[in-house]
Amino acid sequence: MATVTATGELRGGRRLRDWLGDRILIFVTAGASLVALGLIAFIAYKILRGAHLALSTFGISFIWGTAWDTNKNVFGALPGLYGTAVTSLMALLIATPLAIAIALFLSELAPSGIRLVVGSLVEMLAAIPTVVLGLWGILVLGPFLADHVEPWLHSTLGFIPLFGGQPGASGIFVAGVILAIMAVPIIASVCRELFVTVPPEQEEAALALGATRWEMVRGVVLASSRPGIAAAVILGLGRALGEAIAVTQVIGAAWGVKWSLFVPGDTLASRIAGQYQGAVSKLQISSLFYLAAILLVIGVVTNLAAQLIVRRFAYARPGGS
Amino acid sequence: MAAVEPGISLRGGGRVRRRKVVNRIAEAVALVAALLAIFVLGIVVWSVAKRGAGELSWNFLTKDLPIPFSPDKGGIAPLLVGSAVLVGLAAAMAVPFGVAIALYLEEFASPRVAPAIQLSVDLLNGLPSIVIGVFIFGVFVYGHLQNGWAGSIGLAIVMLPLITRATQEVLRLVPRGYREAALALGASRWRTVLGIILPSSLGGILTGSVLAIARAVGETAPLLFVTSIYGRSVAWNPLHALPNAPVQIFIWSESEDPADHQRAWATALVLMLFVLITSLVARLALARTRSKLGR
Repeated sequence: MATVTATGELRGGRRLRDWLGDRILIFVTAGASLVALGLIAFIAYKILRGAHLALSTFGISFIWGTAWDTNKNVFGALPGLYGTAVTSLMALLIATPLAIAIALFLSELAPSGIRLVVGSLVEMLAAIPTVVLGLWGILVLGPFLADHVEPWLHSTLGFIPLFGGQPGASGIFVAGVILAIMAVPIIASVCRELFVTVPPEQEEAALALGATRWEMVRGVVLASSRPGIAAAVILGLGRALGEAIAVTQVIGAAWGVKWSLFVPGDTLASRIAGQYQGAVSKLQISSLFYLAAILLVIGVVTNLAAQLIVRRFAYARPGGS
Repeated sequence: MAAVEPGISLRGGGRVRRRKVVNRIAEAVALVAALLAIFVLGIVVWSVAKRGAGELSWNFLTKDLPIPFSPDKGGIAPLLVGSAVLVGLAAAMAVPFGVAIALYLEEFASPRVAPAIQLSVDLLNGLPSIVIGVFIFGVFVYGHLQNGWAGSIGLAIVMLPLITRATQEVLRLVPRGYREAALALGASRWRTVLGIILPSSLGGILTGSVLAIARAVGETAPLLFVTSIYGRSVAWNPLHALPNAPVQIFIWSESEDPADHQRAWATALVLMLFVLITSLVARLALARTRSKLGR
């Protein structure tokens, strides 16, 4: 019995230490988590606070205002919204089919050695700093598109207003292509993870029924991943909507709503970044905060939409990650 | 034995041939798409290397920034030092926070609390970096002077969700058996976490952090408003604005002067090589950790 009391005492001391250790560790990690929670709220608060002056001056009509006049102190967001929508849409139109094809190549077609190499190379594309991609965009891609691609589009499809303007080395078109390059690796990597989780029995069943590989992909892999693909595209969209630096470099900074893709424009993000050399008035700075607030709302909404789809999808396909 | 005469032809007719052709086309499209992505990567890397390599020299890496509008070529030493200081401080802030959040989410959080925190991490991850830049400007610089700390905190916000995610992923890979064995031996939770779980996922956390660093070092938007007006010489003190590579590439790329474009290419080459090599190595290491833990 003596030994029992001895270990009891020993365990008593240890129990206190363990109790304390557990508390401290939980306290510290929970504190860090609270900081993350608070941070997102603080970011929203601070941006709205900064936008307050512009909000009270222009109200909601800021959103459809088209001016950016530092002399008259009148500002509006519409050209930026338009530019953001057009460049992102164009990026998605180019990137989505490409990314899905890449993901299919990596998940269904490529032998494992090639898969590793090609997969890493595609991920490297996402690792290139955006400012480097923008530099390449303005000095290499822009002139190339202006000399070779845009004139061709203009002469063959020039009757459509989108392809109507004079080809130029910087503008919405170049920005759309650059954003597509950024969106491809994101969409591709999400899609690839999706395709890998398709139950192999279903794929094999389709093949056993005599389907060709493509019919199997269309009927099983793509059909069962549709919501996930949508979520992947929205994630790519989120990236394209918010990219500031590379777009600022290639888009040419012109605040107006023009039909042509070839003329300079601006997006919400690129207008903010383009004003880094300093704004003239408090109202102008506040208007930049207003643009950032719009961007924040769009960013949160796209993110939530993607999450919602993924969550629903996770129920639909248990076992998928 | 009488030969069995099949009633229908077992050889493919036109329909089967068409299906096979469609299949071939689809496979070719997938292959071409993958090659196109690699081609774009190659052409970007090659463009930067071709234009930047000629400019690179020991002098370029070690001298101060050029005097504007002078024939002097200058160097980028201040950019390298400044970027290192900014990203180093950012990592020092983001890594402990990110790991702690991941630990809480994976080890302690109740199912009621976890989704809210997970959501805020995901939202931080999806936040456009220019919004972070504007936020940091509003908090630290509006009405004050530009400084390096503000830039580091901005970069830390970019890194935080990346590190949390990477850590969560490796924590999930730690076999349940480890946890159960430690607890069955009478170890308390904090000892289990700090003594067993964290050490066995250390490799993954490290590579995740390196990937986050590779991402942060190329981020321009969080720095643009808070550390973009700086001197020509090497500066270490984050209380003042620090010269840094991404912002300087941005400024040079917007310049009209072809000499500035040359400098931008060379700086871009240095930055890109650093980013690509570190992320490649980290990715390979991560793949190894995964296969080791996920047996």
